[in-house]
Amino acid sequence: MSEPKTESKLERLLNEGRFVVTGEIGPPKHAGGDGIKHHVELLKNHVDAMNLTDNQTAIVRLSSIAAAAHVLAAGGEPVIQMTVRDRNRIALQSDLLGAYSLGVRNVLCLSGDHQSFGNHPTAKNVYDIDSIQLVQTVKGLRDEKKFLCGEEIKEHEPRFFIGAVANPFGDPFAYRVLRLEKKVNAGADFIQTQAIFDMDRFEKFMAMVRERGLHKRVKILAGVMPLKSVGAARYMQKSVSGMIVPDPIIDRMKGAGDPKAEGVEICVEQIKHLQTIEGVAGVHIMAVMWEDIIPTIVEKAGLYPRPK
Amino acid sequence: MVADFEPKIVAFCCYYCAYSAADLAGSLRLQYPSNIRLVEMPCSGKIDVRVILEAFEGGADGVYVAGCLEGDCHFLKGNIRARKRIGYVKKLLDEIGIGGERVEMFNLSAAMGPRFAEIAAEMTERIRRLGPSPLNKAYKKEPASSTAG
Amino acid sequence: MIIAEGKPIAEVAELIKDAKKVLMVGCGGCVTVCLAGGEKETGILASALRMLRQQQDNPLETVEVTLTRQCDPEYVEMLDKYVTDDIDCIVSLACGVGVQFLAERYPKWVVPALNTKFAGGTVKHGQWEERCGLCGECILYRTGGICPIIRCSKSILNGPCGGSQNGKCEVSPETDCAWQLIYDRMQALGKLDMLLEIQPVKDWSKARDGGPRRVVREDVMIS
Ligand code: SF4
Ligand code: SF4
Repeated sequence: MSEPKTESKLERLLNEGRFVVTGEIGPPKHAGGDGIKHHVELLKNHVDAMNLTDNQTAIVRLSSIAAAAHVLAAGGEPVIQMTVRDRNRIALQSDLLGAYSLGVRNVLCLSGDHQSFGNHPTAKNVYDIDSIQLVQTVKGLRDEKKFLCGEEIKEHEPRFFIGAVANPFGDPFAYRVLRLEKKVNAGADFIQTQAIFDMDRFEKFMAMVRERGLHKRVKILAGVMPLKSVGAARYMQKSVSGMIVPDPIIDRMKGAGDPKAEGVEICVEQIKHLQTIEGVAGVHIMAVMWEDIIPTIVEKAGLYPRPK
Repeated sequence: MVADFEPKIVAFCCYYCAYSAADLAGSLRLQYPSNIRLVEMPCSGKIDVRVILEAFEGGADGVYVAGCLEGDCHFLKGNIRARKRIGYVKKLLDEIGIGGERVEMFNLSAAMGPRFAEIAAEMTERIRRLGPSPLNKAYKKEPASSTAG
Repeated sequence: MIIAEGKPIAEVAELIKDAKKVLMVGCGGCVTVCLAGGEKETGILASALRMLRQQQDNPLETVEVTLTRQCDPEYVEMLDKYVTDDIDCIVSLACGVGVQFLAERYPKWVVPALNTKFAGGTVKHGQWEERCGLCGECILYRTGGICPIIRCSKSILNGPCGGSQNGKCEVSPETDCAWQLIYDRMQALGKLDMLLEIQPVKDWSKARDGGPRRVVREDVMIS
């Protein structure tokens, strides 16, 4: 067990060697916080931390940091997602300071979906720095107590537990593990992966990760996504870039009498399988627009109750 | 439609095919409308968008370019280029309200005298149906005044 | 070269609707090569505008001149004799630079007839593609000669992002993922290890920033 770098509960549990479970809440497309609070109540005993997405698919939503404040108020552990699409280095660092002051201890750094996918396709994107450089920046704020420009932070430096994403299903496949290594070198403490459907490819990915010893340097949470219908499965297969959904999964969803139950069943099987892979430190359950199902999945996977 | 409207049509004809076909039509004594002005070109691919526009500005109601059969161009691809340029002019004429239908590309060989006459008739018929070019106000105003009167 | 594209004719017509006589100025530089604003295109646009106006019973008179380059005062000066009092408006078929050079020289209403698109080249006859984002500090030596600033949809310096699949960018199946290209090329050159280095954040102050950028060469200045 290593010295904790932060006050993050997620870090503590991972350091204790627990198989952690994180969930995801998509903030609403309006200014009400009640829905978030409701989801926190529903999830907080079943997951160790919850991600708040940052204007996911470039659709304007309540900000992830404000959503995290609601999570904290309701007694949950938030992970704010932070994309480099909409903010430059000044705004990113400012928001990191703000989020930390509110009690947020985990941040997940990512590129973000291109604005052409969202509801403001004519927007100008920012991309001042990239996701790996953001990881470096958050680490610099914490470990060197310095802003990106090199200026010292006199007091109250933000001490985040730093997350990054990895997509074992993107191309070029051979480079994916090397890029993960870059993220670890940049300072990532934990990784959440893209939703896994192609278990074979993920196994290959993890073998390469172990070969380079990366699983010893970073905590990898494997992403899973329960499917609601065969339509959803097909959509993931065809229209979401950087996703691979093998045909047997489509067939299972197609053959199912109760697709939702089948989706849950597949997801539970995946989680059980992932627990057996060396180097997987936990799972990240992304139930987009279906957050309520997370407790069922966690219980069925035998991961309930959660440690305190 | 204007009753006594005689369309003015300019035909840009490739020397290797259409222009010779016109000769042949003449020697065969085939009838074709007399309102067609023939312009000889070394190749239909020589056609310049500006020249077509000039024809319209100069009072033409319709323009066509006649080149060799596709695959038979003396300069290999001149007629293919001409076809693409005609496509461009059609769009442009649509954009400025003159109408892309007033311009066309035809392909024929030197031996096709009867086809030459047919094309001339076809184009004349088309332009007659479309009426005078919007630039040729003399015709355009007549029907308006006759309804008023 | 700078790649530009003609504005829709109706849009240009609207810009000059109050003018009776316009000076239409083509440019013999980049826009001639990319077939957007050379002598020929100037002639076509002038003819189209005249025909449009003739139909509106509001005839337009045009004077057409094509300069060697509109981005150089020594050529722009040659326009002086055409910029007479009766010219109501100047239509420039150059890139945005040319339009501004004309506007700086003449106290006339100057309008652009083109949309200036990007710095690029001809990939095949009739097709041009962007290659450089004019960032002010070229890093092509780190990326195997492929520009991540402009060819990656997210200007990622440590790519590719998670959206890269089958060589294509997440943004469109027609767009190659710049980072796949970079990876392939670095691999072919035996320089993959260079991609393991974390590229530092970029100094954007060298790019679009703080008013017009300037390049100065004292040694070639005349006075
Ligand atoms: S790195 Fe900068 S200067 Fe070099 S090609 Fe790309 S945008 Fe242009
Ligand atoms: S898919 Fe490739 S080109 Fe597109 S944004 Fe990602 S890294 Fe850049």
